[in-house]
Amino acid sequence: MAVDQQLKIEMGKQGVFVTTLQELYNWGRRNSVWPMNFGLACCAIEMIATTMARYDIARFGAEVFRPSPRQADMMIISGTVTKKMAPQVVRLYNQMAEPKYVIAMGACAISGGPFKQGYNVLKGIDRYIPVDVHIPGCPPRPEALLQAFITLQKKIDAEALTGQERPRFLDPDAPGEFPVPEPAEHDLEPTANQDVWHAPVVIR
Amino acid sequence: MKTVEEIKAAIEAAVPGAGVEVMQNPGPSGQHSLLLKPEHALEVAKFLHDDAELALDHLSNVTGVDWPDKEIAEKVKVTRQVTKSVDGVEQTVEETVEETRKRVEPGYLEVVYHLFSVAKKHGPVVLRQRTQNRSDKVEVPSLTPLWRSAEFQEREIFDLFGIVFTGHPDLRRILMWDGFKDHPMRKDYVEPDDFEYEPTAHDEVLKRAQEHRARAGAAVGEGAGQ
Repeated sequence: MAVDQQLKIEMGKQGVFVTTLQELYNWGRRNSVWPMNFGLACCAIEMIATTMARYDIARFGAEVFRPSPRQADMMIISGTVTKKMAPQVVRLYNQMAEPKYVIAMGACAISGGPFKQGYNVLKGIDRYIPVDVHIPGCPPRPEALLQAFITLQKKIDAEALTGQERPRFLDPDAPGEFPVPEPAEHDLEPTANQDVWHAPVVIR
Repeated sequence: MKTVEEIKAAIEAAVPGAGVEVMQNPGPSGQHSLLLKPEHALEVAKFLHDDAELALDHLSNVTGVDWPDKEIAEKVKVTRQVTKSVDGVEQTVEETVEETRKRVEPGYLEVVYHLFSVAKKHGPVVLRQRTQNRSDKVEVPSLTPLWRSAEFQEREIFDLFGIVFTGHPDLRRILMWDGFKDHPMRKDYVEPDDFEYEPTAHDEVLKRAQEHRARAGAAVGEGAGQ
């Protein structure tokens, strides 16, 4: 299926362009990822800086920030997710059309960060929705966000359209919607989506 | 600006039976405060707001304090009559023994208001209000009718400390969701048991994480915990 890289170059020299549908499809998708216009805390300021002229995320085709989840491909969780906000974040994620990707930006979004022991801070958004790229930092610099985005592009590029390894949006049996946690008397219910998140084993 | 004692005298003159108490602040700031009685609090506050000399037109801050029940151990000298045998003869002798007695000082919740005057460029005047206890008698009069800036802050205190402000126009939770039952800023608040993943835990968090592990291990079986 895959064309030999060397052969491809040789054919290119003769004016023949050879590719696969998968390559073409992923090339188109990875270069036009529309992020959702959605900021949660101070990381959002760095996210905004990333979109502006100096760092210019437009170079990677992700400058069209959509104010509606229906038109967005990628959600950047940019900041602290409070327990009060978490159901809304999951709901927005559910409203996005497949294929959809998530970047958890900053210490708060990946683990709760400096507010981890707080009474109102979720200990990482990956407890409820699948996260593709985690970026540490408080806040991460715009370069880190660009790095995360390039990592995501590589991930999109490597996605197979068929076979067992195909991504969620090409698998009719895979879940497209994730349960929205309910605010209960003492905490969110459930405290984590067991299909998405299991407590990592700490080796001591 | 007037000193706290002068303000207290002015209040007593304007509102008879106000029963304002001066709480001394021994720190270098020397910001002494006035403890209001709930039945006269609104009247006193209205006086402070409207008085031409004080003109405290700006409420900059409202905050809550939780004073939990305190167990105080005191050493008391007690004199008792003890029957003793002295030189083979039974005698009743008075004996002084030191005893440790414990008593529980009931806790309360407190609201602190910081008032300034924009017109007179002075302040702060610190007001305090206390609830009767920490469980069922937690009402204090709201000062929102006088200073609108108290509205959100009193809601926050209602949310986090559980102090009920009577006369508040819109007393709802502001930070936590409506169905939430606890008051997270109280000293005896216990956060939910979500310590399943604490890679860099120490102190209190480490203890909670170990407890969680022990519970999870007992529930699922050997080797299921971390």
